[in-house]
Amino acid sequence: MRLLILGGNSDIALATARVFAREERADVVLASRDMEVLEKRAADIRLRYRVRAESVYFDACDYESHPAFYAGVTPKPDGVVLAFGTYAEQSDVGDDFEKGRQLIDTNFTGAVSILGIVASDFERRGHGFIIGIGSVAGLRGRQSNYLYGASKAGLGVYLAGLRNRLSKCGVHVMTVLPGFVRTKMTEALDLPGALTASPEDVAADIYRGFCKRKNTIYSKWFWRIIMGMIRVTPEPIFKRLTM
Amino acid sequence: MKLTAWGRYPQIKANGVTFETRAQLGRLLSSTDPVIPYGMGRSYGDSALNPKVILTNRFDKILGFDQKTGLLHVECGVTLADIIDIFLPRGWFLSVTPGTRFITVGGAISSDVHGKNHHKVGCFSRFVHYLELMLPSGDVLHCSPDENGDLFRATCGGMGLTGIILTAAIQLQPVRSGFIRETDIRCRNLEEAFHQFEANAASTYSVAWIDCLQRGGNIGRSILMLGEHADTGHLAPKFRTPLPMPITLPGLLLNRYSVAMFNRFYYRSYPNYVEDRLTPMEPFFYPLDRITAYGRMYGRHGFTQYQLALPKESSYEGLRTIMDRIAAEGIGSFLGVLKLLGPGNDNYLSFPLQGYTLALELKIEPRLFRVLDELDRIVLDHGGRLYLTKDVRMGRDMFIRGYPRWKEFESVREKYGLKSKLQSLQSERLGI
Ligand SMILES: Cc1cc2nc3c(=O)[nH]c(=O)nc-3n(C[C@H](O)[C@H](O)[C@H](O)COP(=O)(O)OP(=O)(O)OC[C@H]3O[C@@H](n4cnc5c(N)ncnc54)[C@H](O)[C@@H]3O)c2cc1C
Ligand SMILES: NC(=O)c1ccc[n+]([C@@H]2O[C@H](COP(=O)([O-])OP(=O)(O)OC[C@H]3O[C@@H](n4cnc5c(N)ncnc54)[C@H](OP(=O)(O)O)[C@@H]3O)[C@@H](O)[C@H]2O)c1
Repeated sequence: MRLLILGGNSDIALATARVFAREERADVVLASRDMEVLEKRAADIRLRYRVRAESVYFDACDYESHPAFYAGVTPKPDGVVLAFGTYAEQSDVGDDFEKGRQLIDTNFTGAVSILGIVASDFERRGHGFIIGIGSVAGLRGRQSNYLYGASKAGLGVYLAGLRNRLSKCGVHVMTVLPGFVRTKMTEALDLPGALTASPEDVAADIYRGFCKRKNTIYSKWFWRIIMGMIRVTPEPIFKRLTM
Repeated sequence: MKLTAWGRYPQIKANGVTFETRAQLGRLLSSTDPVIPYGMGRSYGDSALNPKVILTNRFDKILGFDQKTGLLHVECGVTLADIIDIFLPRGWFLSVTPGTRFITVGGAISSDVHGKNHHKVGCFSRFVHYLELMLPSGDVLHCSPDENGDLFRATCGGMGLTGIILTAAIQLQPVRSGFIRETDIRCRNLEEAFHQFEANAASTYSVAWIDCLQRGGNIGRSILMLGEHADTGHLAPKFRTPLPMPITLPGLLLNRYSVAMFNRFYYRSYPNYVEDRLTPMEPFFYPLDRITAYGRMYGRHGFTQYQLALPKESSYEGLRTIMDRIAAEGIGSFLGVLKLLGPGNDNYLSFPLQGYTLALELKIEPRLFRVLDELDRIVLDHGGRLYLTKDVRMGRDMFIRGYPRWKEFESVREKYGLKSKLQSLQSERLGI
């Protein structure tokens, strides 16, 4: 198996790459911006699992570069993990359009740009799978992070649409909805210990979901229940809550 | 974030920061607040605790491995569990391993950990060819017994107080099997246990589980477990994922009666003598790794470990006196471990000294620290010391008298300007 990981410098991405290299003996292509870290990670995976691991420069927001980037990945991957993303608390974004746009440009537009190219390749070959990392924050808008949430909500709908389309040609799309995960993205936040997963937990959930060809997984599993409760709360009540 | 170590006592609010490159770590160290590195938090007490900690978990890359010689170069956040997962199937195992595999290489060096083979091979540091240490200034020094030797001797066993161990080159040992040939011997009392330890000093691995609630002629009732690497069996026995301990049990469930019952049951569950049973490495080396956060059974106040070492001449006398006190006080120890130690090494704060070590796991309760203060006096009277990586309460006097080379450690801290930048709750308590 050959796995392309977009946003290979994400901590969840590293843990996921390691699981696939260990369990599937997958060769991995890590694609991200910080090449120093990326190459360190690739070297580690080569030594740990004796698989091929490469690092390639990729900027999700440089849309024009995406066709050439994907054309340069040879041989073509059997699967793609979309892991890049940026996070911001709403209090840091405020109504500053430029800051908000940064979230949308990366988490949504960047994903649409590169996954469109991947999807048509997989569709043409009738082969492949896509694992997209969304967020439980995209399931209902909350005052604390609704722009981030909106970018992830957009991604969620986009992935569902792709799943619907590509299921016709045997290409599987899985949406991953993590709750709190202890990574560099959330290092400055005070996350509640009992609800917080490690990147390794999420990677294990992703791998299990992949094996069972799940459509949507929550990580950890209890977020399905928590989000179920949040989603059924009627708006007149919900809007008065501070979350 | 809330931060605590294995004993779940104390719990503090701390700011934890991470890094994945040297440059990132250099930037973290340039701030003026004192810091201490934190690995997997498997130390029991407060040696890895401080209002600001540097978490090493993201600095976890394998940097090189020589399949011919078994020399492995890793970053400090790589865990012993990682090393086993990756290299045991290729025929290599750790030269020294403590009773848990969920610790980092940085933590193993900082506590200069010992294993069941200490009497034969010594501590973890003996297999460290060199390490790279980042000082608070951001300078990185290459340290080995021959190069920056003072810093090497201070860092191995130095509880994170000399800088951040960035990488280390460690020697693995070749093995032909992932199994151990285990022999168990029941010992009726301390005298018999000592006798069996000495009689089996040639065994590669030895450790005894000890029932600390016995009194009189039964003091020291124990089961001695011996092991040799097997030649048969395959290299990759499945290591099981730990089961979670989902809730904190009420501490009252663990009392002298329940512990006594457990101990009686455990002792009886072993036949008099078992020879050469083929056991996978995991239950042999890591029986406690089956349950994550098993400490929750000690209740919400947490627990601690009291681990002491006594010189051989005074071991028998001293251990008898100590176990007498414990039984008299009825402070139940669920877990008591006795082990024969080989000679000490040249590191300033390394724990093992030639003799015996006893480790007792104890629930935190109001009278505990008073009892331990009394035990401290017995330990000192017999020329012993306590293990820093388990400690959460000893006073400065106990430390200084137990570790006569503390002054050399101090002077290294002064020489390299470490005192104001690297501090833990433990170092403050001990005044070092
Ligand atoms: C079930 C169990 C069994 C055990 N059995 C044994 C045993 O048989 N023998 C034995 O010797 N010990 C044993 N221990 C103790 C354990 O091996 C040590 O406490 C070890 O140091 C824990 O490593 P850690 O990575 O969790 O480090 P932490 O607990 O996070 O830190 C321990 C110390 O290491 C320092 N440190 C961590 N990383 C670095 C770094 N990169 N650079 C500099 N300093 C660093 C910290 O500052 C701290 O002082 C056991 C512990 C448990 C929980
Ligand atoms: N952590 C959580 O609690 C949490 C919860 C729910 C969902 N998620 C989602 O899970 C995914 C992974 O998150 P993580 O926690 O692992 O985050 P992370 O460690 O912070 O990694 C995110 C990575 O995204 C990459 N990235 C950002 N912008 C990019 C761009 N324009 N082009 C290419 N790469 C870019 C960065 O790579 P470079 O370093 O190379 O720039 C960065 O390393 C994200 O989509 C995140 O939104 C996380």
